[in-house]
Amino acid sequence: MTHLSLPTWLLLGVALLLALLPLGATTFYLQLGAKIMIMAIFALSLDLLIGHSGLVSFGHAAYFGVAAYALALITPKYEAANFWLTLPAAVAAAALAALVIGFLVVRTAGIYFIMVTLAFAQMLYAIFHDTKLGGGSDGIYINVRPELTVAGFKVLNLESPAQFFYLALIALITVYWILNRLLHAPFGRALAGIRVNEQRMRSMGFPVFSYKLGAFTLAGGLAGLAGYLAACQFGFVNPEILAWHQSGTVLMMVILGGMGRLHGAVIGAAAYVLLQELFSSSALFGGYSKHWQLSMGTLIVIIVLAFPHGIGGLIDVAWRRRGYHGGEEDSPQSAQRSQRSDAEDSESDDLTAKDAKNPK
Amino acid sequence: MFYLIQLLNAVQYGLLLFLLSSGLTLIFGIMGVINLAHGSFYMVGAYLTYWLSKMTGSLWFAIPIGTAIAFAIGLLLETTIIRRLYRRDHLYQVLLTFGLILVFEELRSIFFGDEVHGVAVPEVLNFSIPLTETLSYPVYRLFITAVCLAIAALLYFVIHKTRAGMMIRAGNSNPEMASALGVNIPLLFAAVFAVGIALAAFAGAIAAPVTSVAPGMGNQVLIVCLVVVVIGGIGSINGAMIASLLIGLADTLGKILAPEYSGVAVYLLMAAILLWRPQGLGNKS
Repeated sequence: MTHLSLPTWLLLGVALLLALLPLGATTFYLQLGAKIMIMAIFALSLDLLIGHSGLVSFGHAAYFGVAAYALALITPKYEAANFWLTLPAAVAAAALAALVIGFLVVRTAGIYFIMVTLAFAQMLYAIFHDTKLGGGSDGIYINVRPELTVAGFKVLNLESPAQFFYLALIALITVYWILNRLLHAPFGRALAGIRVNEQRMRSMGFPVFSYKLGAFTLAGGLAGLAGYLAACQFGFVNPEILAWHQSGTVLMMVILGGMGRLHGAVIGAAAYVLLQELFSSSALFGGYSKHWQLSMGTLIVIIVLAFPHGIGGLIDVAWRRRGYHGGEEDSPQSAQRSQRSDAEDSESDDLTAKDAKNPK
Repeated sequence: MFYLIQLLNAVQYGLLLFLLSSGLTLIFGIMGVINLAHGSFYMVGAYLTYWLSKMTGSLWFAIPIGTAIAFAIGLLLETTIIRRLYRRDHLYQVLLTFGLILVFEELRSIFFGDEVHGVAVPEVLNFSIPLTETLSYPVYRLFITAVCLAIAALLYFVIHKTRAGMMIRAGNSNPEMASALGVNIPLLFAAVFAVGIALAAFAGAIAAPVTSVAPGMGNQVLIVCLVVVVIGGIGSINGAMIASLLIGLADTLGKILAPEYSGVAVYLLMAAILLWRPQGLGNKS
């Protein structure tokens, strides 16, 4: 565990604090907390693609939505479904969707990849929206949440906000741990190699297509986990959860937190959900709170133009100024860009200067 | 006769898509910018037409004025925001233009509300040509087809026969080299972006009487346009033309054969093309 960077330790501290939170917080904050953690899992799964594999998927909500629909379709109308049965089924459905779509999209690159992932996600949206399969545009209600039992004993009651909060926390820590291990394992290093120089990896004999497809499928499965939990929490699914707004939202989370850093995805998810709460609070924005997307859209534009490395990037910069080196690797976008960038490039913060010193 | 009507509809829809996606594919091809807000201008064009035709009482004023306003917005957007994206990763282009979509949607909601509006077909064209005793075809749709064809021909002429078109083709194949040879790249980019936006707004404006002017109309059409660009090949105007017509046909056929799954037909076509020719129909491998 020596490779855990300081932000990771900070996150562990936060996780510990969170574990104690249900003792004092109200239902509203517990639900908000659980929502943040679910979105953090979703953002982590996308960061595996964008930040660590160089695959900019703009249709990631599809897999989130497929798993949510899987739970809704399996759950009987008036009884609780079995957690141990529905969770793997939902995650497998999402991973399978990602495998099939990935098989087609991974052979494209750049702008094509973005557009094609988006188009396939919209295809799934069209299926759930136009056909009777998933209740059409109204969606389906999940009246009873799944039951989590071990040997006939009910371990967690998912109807209770505090216990659901714990489930989300456990899921988030597990996903974070798996991804952290994976990215430092040969699989993760190969993905990093493909991200930086695909040709070289291919000439070295790495099956690039399989690696990319593997990452795409894994990310789809993890997004499915988030979708499953979200369906559990909200108790209903509708086509909007796999629409492209959702894909854009999760992309925003990853960028907001700074991509290529696992903790960045978590910070970004928290920041986005809290900002959304802020912008849609009628106490602060009055009549415009209903148009919260206007504030969010403007913020997105400003962030992209002014803070290309997100909040996570700002933290890294602040930390580096205090003399700490090491930890997370270069963010991929600056590595790619530094080849093309010149003096008039607007990304003139400390990170670019650092990247320029170690050109890939 | 039924099939003739469907064919005419398919061609009309396909040509409308061509107006939208020709701008999109040129912006991709020349500037390397993925502009998701392109569909928003289809919406802007339609809403401006709805508003202006209510103010002036005539669609014939509304369409050119609306298109001109969209052109101005496009120019402003390029010089203030889009210009700063050329050197950035596609990821940031996607995110920023996604933010722009949210802004445009909410502004639309603030200024025009969330209701569905309709625009009246102008008197002169408000009749149908009878085909059989029971079936007839509205003239306004034929008018759309004719106008789109005229614009497509004009685009072809400008791109292949004029000096400006030569610069566009040069910029499309190699912007750095074109710049080195004395082409004013910033001006060219701004012009292409604004013209692309104006074409999208024009498509929205001219289609307003046959489609409803509704929230979210830009997003629906954007996705289809992206599919057109993927099938046609990035930067290829000819490819965009073929792909638009193919999609028009696939969509119409899908609606006849399997109405519930008509939304899927277009994507299946895209998947097939991806497997067969990943670089698109209009581009050489």
